[in-house]
Amino acid sequence: MAERILILDRLTKNYGKLKAVDNLSFTIEKGNIYGILGPNGSGKSTTLGMVLNVVNPSSGNFRWFESDMPTHDALKKIGAIIENPNFYPNMSAYENLKLVCKIKELDVLSIDEKLEVVGLLDRKNDHFKQYSLGMKQRLAIASALLNDPEILILDEPTNGLDPAGIHQIRDIITRIANQGTTILLASHLLDEVEKICTHVVILREGKNLYTGRVDEMNATHGFVEVAADDPAKVKAFLESCEEVSKVKELPKGVMKAMLNQPTDAATLNQKAAQQNIFFNHLIKRKESLEDSFLEITKN
Amino acid sequence: MLRLFNIEFYKFIRSRSAKVLSIIYFALFAFIALFSSIRFNFGVVDFRVAEQGIFNFPYVWHFNAYFLAVLKIFLAIVIVSLMSSEYTNRTLKQNLIDGLSKWEFIQSKFSMVVVLSLTSTLAYFIISLILGLVFSDFTEASIIFSDMEYIAAYFVKLLGFFSLCMFLGILVKRSAFALGFLFLIWVLEGLVRLFINFEAKPLEFLKQFLPLQAMSNLIVEPVTKLEAVSSAANQLNPEFDKDYGVPLTAIIIVLVWTVIFVLGSYKLLQKRDL
Repeated sequence: MAERILILDRLTKNYGKLKAVDNLSFTIEKGNIYGILGPNGSGKSTTLGMVLNVVNPSSGNFRWFESDMPTHDALKKIGAIIENPNFYPNMSAYENLKLVCKIKELDVLSIDEKLEVVGLLDRKNDHFKQYSLGMKQRLAIASALLNDPEILILDEPTNGLDPAGIHQIRDIITRIANQGTTILLASHLLDEVEKICTHVVILREGKNLYTGRVDEMNATHGFVEVAADDPAKVKAFLESCEEVSKVKELPKGVMKAMLNQPTDAATLNQKAAQQNIFFNHLIKRKESLEDSFLEITKN
Repeated sequence: MLRLFNIEFYKFIRSRSAKVLSIIYFALFAFIALFSSIRFNFGVVDFRVAEQGIFNFPYVWHFNAYFLAVLKIFLAIVIVSLMSSEYTNRTLKQNLIDGLSKWEFIQSKFSMVVVLSLTSTLAYFIISLILGLVFSDFTEASIIFSDMEYIAAYFVKLLGFFSLCMFLGILVKRSAFALGFLFLIWVLEGLVRLFINFEAKPLEFLKQFLPLQAMSNLIVEPVTKLEAVSSAANQLNPEFDKDYGVPLTAIIIVLVWTVIFVLGSYKLLQKRDL
């Protein structure tokens, strides 16, 4: 079994009556890229806050690196950025990173290297307050990388950025991921998670709705849309097929059939033809991740 | 511990307001020394502050401890802003995520409080020594180094006061409000003392436990001790006899408050979600 980096065990956070995070359990294994996906207010940041020592859990617990070391020591081995990049406005980028090195007890030699990774080396002596949001976010990533972390935690890293900035950040994350670093990415953007992550935890109102591989999230066998001159006959035919689990009527006489096993469109076409039904419309499709996501998160 | 002070000192020297206020503070120290050695010559009036006996050893220790302590409000602003800016810039949160524990954070802040108190005490010692050596009528070592208790009292006074400022900075999270809160405590203590004086005489002993009162009790006013003033006072009231020493109880009370403020800061931080 792969090395486990973080284990959450029934972690719960109440703010008064509101359950921000409700009995959340999942495990993060080395080498994977995890996405925590959920709409705003679903408890993503609160969850990260708890494992990062800034929010006190109401109940449940978590463990870093399967060891009993204090959380703040474990945090020295990880890199994390949360919501907005927080740095000292009157210090330069370099000075800010030097402070992080002091806290994490690191050598300052790697600062320039990490600034290079995020493309800020030529601006390293500028004050943090003069940076644009995109630069601030990139500096935060550089800061999180200083210790060559076992895991990189990113909370909404592209929030508020312009398209070019979003592209830059995703590019950097993908490069880091390709080096084999474990990543935990919280986002409300499905396509961000889809593009970057291998695994996903879906949250809604603090509850865990789905945990597993991204490509298994829509692990159905797809569906076919068919139409023929006589919709009633098509419907009866589809319902008689053993490959079809459910039939739904779409507008204009088109029938949508959910498949329950790997099925070729051609096989279906042939079968229909044998019963003298000739399709004038046949499409086989897989559900998009978005459909699956909406299916999972709908009330 | 050195690592924690190192972290705080790094923040301190890179904070413009902290630097400017500290420079003003220590400049005022020097300025006061300079000012008191000036001879005021207005024709008929030829007056020199330094020649009124205030810089005689060992009186100078007491006199300077009392008056230089007033300037501590400048450093109080520095400390409050060092605390609250960690909240307003959300750097406290980042520090914790980077691997500083909450207790380490408090330790690093408190180490700055100790060092600032020490630095100020050292400045007070040097300036008093110089003023004394220049203006004192007696310069025998045994006299110079008597009444050293005021140096300890001065340090404890600053330590207690700055710890309170640290606590308020964390409690209120905004420098201006924290200083307002400090003022509020001062007013409240005044009201409590008034109430005790007029309505609850038997509770008199409680007054010494009020934090600001305890700090003020450390160094009693030195003016009536001055020879000229005290002989006048004796003529008016032959019974006039005042203890000008540093009360040990006050030292203990202020040190206990210091511990309460430091642990209180930690408890606040521990309980809060950031």
